[in-house]
Amino acid sequence: MNLWLTMALAGLVTFLIRYSFIGTAGRFSAPAWFRRMLRFVPIAALTALIWPDMLMPAGGLFVSLHNPRLIAGLIAGLVAWRSGNIFLTIGVGMIALWALQWWL
Amino acid sequence: MSTTPSLAGATPGREFASGLVTVTPMLLGAVPFGLIYGALAVQAGISPLLAIAISSIVFAGSAQFMITKLVAASTPGLLIVLSVGVINLRHALYSAAVAEKLAHLPARWKMLLAYLLTDEAYAAAVRRLESDTNAAQRHWFLFGCGFGLWFTWQLACIAGVVLGGRIPQAWSLDFAGTLTFIAIVVPLLKDRASTASMVVAGVVAVACFALPHKLFIIVAALAGMAAGVLLERLAGKAETPA
Repeated sequence: MNLWLTMALAGLVTFLIRYSFIGTAGRFSAPAWFRRMLRFVPIAALTALIWPDMLMPAGGLFVSLHNPRLIAGLIAGLVAWRSGNIFLTIGVGMIALWALQWWL
Repeated sequence: MSTTPSLAGATPGREFASGLVTVTPMLLGAVPFGLIYGALAVQAGISPLLAIAISSIVFAGSAQFMITKLVAASTPGLLIVLSVGVINLRHALYSAAVAEKLAHLPARWKMLLAYLLTDEAYAAAVRRLESDTNAAQRHWFLFGCGFGLWFTWQLACIAGVVLGGRIPQAWSLDFAGTLTFIAIVVPLLKDRASTASMVVAGVVAVACFALPHKLFIIVAALAGMAAGVLLERLAGKAETPA
């Protein structure tokens, strides 16, 4: 498929997802199982991107104190858990990564 | 850094400005992430014009980042669309959360705000939307959050496309994306079901990483959702006798 067409479809799908409940408010309600599932969607979808980046930075499993992405990610997770502050989480995470890359 | 917007006698302009201010912390993640998206898109063989257009057409950091990897891996178009759909399905949650607050607006407002409804805009606007003070103008706040992010995102992506390979890899700017996701996911881990959802999605993603066309993303996301629903159902049965 032509890449422009692919992106047009990807954009359309994304818009329709975002418009779903906003556009149908009051006229249609999603089935109960779907509403129950929604809570887990950001967790599951984003974790599917987070874990491989932290645990497999070069494509192979790398569970070690010498893996800067794993350690920096865990530090950022701790900051996010304690502070709930996005700014702080990203800032500390990047600084930790740079420090670890330089040090390890 | 979370600014509580001043609501007294707020005009549309003030609500919009408050939204801009409130979304600012998110830009720390969005700018490096947009830069690296632009660079990766060009490296993946996407034309500069399309790479920039995608930022407006799809307008979703995680999905755009994934698209560069899928295109680099020569993934068929339909699978790219499907992967984007699964990754962005989470926006239905945000749509459901804000729908009631926007129900009174005309369709053009609903479409505009739906288009701008990203993780960051939602996270920045959710507290304002839940406050009923000056409720008639609060959509301007969401518009401010969404527009601030959109505008910055476009600039960062364009800069990334222009700079391309000149951004040193040693800076590891792509990690800013992962950190943004961590900052969004961790506060959502409130109970056993949500934690199980994360662990299952993570383990499945790593275990299925070698699947062709980056299918591990779809498989892991669906597995994580299923695990969360299942555990919640089990916990619900144990706690509340029907």
